[in-house]
Amino acid sequence: MRIKAENWKGFLFLSPWLIGLLVFTAYPIIASFVFSFTYYNGISSPEWTGLGNYVQLFRDPLFTKAIYNTIYLALIGIPIAQVISVLAALLLNTRIRFRGVFRAVYFLPSIVPVVATALLWKWFLNPEFGPLNVFLMKLGLPAPGWLIDPAWAKPALILTGIWGIGSPMVIYLAGLQNIPGELYEAAMLDGAGRFASFFRITLPMLSPVILFNVVMGVITSFQAFTTIFVMTNGGPDNSTLVYALLIYRNAFQFYKMGYASAMAWILLLLTAIAVLLVFKFFGKWGYFGAAE
Amino acid sequence: MNRRRAVWAYIPVIAGALFFLLPLFWMFATSLKSYDEVFAFPPIWWPPHPHWSNYRELVTELPFLRYTLNTIFVTAVTLIGYMVSSSIVAFGFSYFRIPGKKALFTVLLVTLMLPPQVTMIPQYILFNKLGWVGTFLPLIIPPFFGGAFAIFLLKQFFDTVPKEFSEAAKLDGANEWTIFTRIYIPLSKPAFATAALFIFIWTWTDFLNPLIYLNDDRMYTLSIGLQQLSTARTTAWPQLMAGSIVMTLPVLLLFLVAQKTFIKGMRVGGIKA
Repeated sequence: MRIKAENWKGFLFLSPWLIGLLVFTAYPIIASFVFSFTYYNGISSPEWTGLGNYVQLFRDPLFTKAIYNTIYLALIGIPIAQVISVLAALLLNTRIRFRGVFRAVYFLPSIVPVVATALLWKWFLNPEFGPLNVFLMKLGLPAPGWLIDPAWAKPALILTGIWGIGSPMVIYLAGLQNIPGELYEAAMLDGAGRFASFFRITLPMLSPVILFNVVMGVITSFQAFTTIFVMTNGGPDNSTLVYALLIYRNAFQFYKMGYASAMAWILLLLTAIAVLLVFKFFGKWGYFGAAE
Repeated sequence: MNRRRAVWAYIPVIAGALFFLLPLFWMFATSLKSYDEVFAFPPIWWPPHPHWSNYRELVTELPFLRYTLNTIFVTAVTLIGYMVSSSIVAFGFSYFRIPGKKALFTVLLVTLMLPPQVTMIPQYILFNKLGWVGTFLPLIIPPFFGGAFAIFLLKQFFDTVPKEFSEAAKLDGANEWTIFTRIYIPLSKPAFATAALFIFIWTWTDFLNPLIYLNDDRMYTLSIGLQQLSTARTTAWPQLMAGSIVMTLPVLLLFLVAQKTFIKGMRVGGIKA
């Protein structure tokens, strides 16, 4: 349609992004890969160490701990968050009064700035002066130390995460609204009950959306930083030392830039593997499998 | 699916609403408590004499005015940078036939998924060499090179602008820049609103970048200021909660005003707030 002489005009329009891509993305990706094979404090020139950083990482107990904590939070946190978001979306899709208000209320916490959320929950979960433990004790339930107890710090972070499930919930809600009503009517005529239609219609029809939300969940969970930095800063006893926090410490507190770059590349690799595993799992279970 | 009102649903719906609202209520109530009330046992749900003075102390005893002004400055410049550059780039992607355009657009989408940790360290070293660390520049200059999310969103919208409009303008002798500014921008207000809303919230609440690049207390944004305050004064919960509310308020107001735009953006981009 347009002649080749106009190509340069198009590139002129793309040029801000192209320059940004080169300077702020492409160069840093290559540089961090190269740095990962060096000893580098960010100021004096990098010293080549070959695979030194990678070898050292696998001997670093904090690295192993960070991987364990990160995978724990993802493996336990994501399924719980997804189940609760689906349930919340189902509830908000029923014909109740003030539905719009309830939808807004459920969504509200997810727009609270991360630092505010982290401080709020740190205070809400305070074992002595926070309201949650008082409530639990009134019910005769055990009142754990939450963020100051290594055994309960990770569950506390998962709980905080569940408070902000607004974004997957909204996406599930949209997914539910896209399921044609005729499917349920046909199922009802065939004598299917509520549970049968949920497992045979709703879940299979929702599986592409579930896949999307789980993938997003994996990516964000592997990069989790701010909430944890503010709430526990990795403690108590390194029980919440997650991967991104250890990268931050190595890079910006100990100025081990090469070591931290190696960690960043392993993070990229781990994220890619996790996302592939999710796709594999859904390939077996998802829409097509259930529709046979 | 069910044509009758679902009465059974009210119990879990209300329980859920309490779970989402009670912490917010607790945040607000704490912001109005005296120190004695904060550390009372059993906890007091609502202080009998609300201490509104906690909010005044944010300004009189703590540098919250400074933090707020810094945040407004960074957010405003970032917003302008992203909107101007992203709309130009999005127009380039949508309007022109460029060899390799599809591949470039795929690259754009891939950068959305890239963990920031991979690029963060060389970026820091680069800005350090430029002498930018400790200034606002690392926060406000990169936005002028476009943001993948805004480019994506605007490009999708630009694609729906009928070609007849620009063809007609071309016959009248309009060049590409005129077509962009006189036809595409005025027609795409909803897309601009959505992109601006999300960029505003991301920048207003951003933590990692200010944490890495700002090291002078007088330049802190609200998120860093609050976090630093929480480590410096571990018991100042009324002020911390008051500060958190002040920081949340603009986002909350935007949400109440533009709820529809918000939800639409979430569905299009599938991105987190």
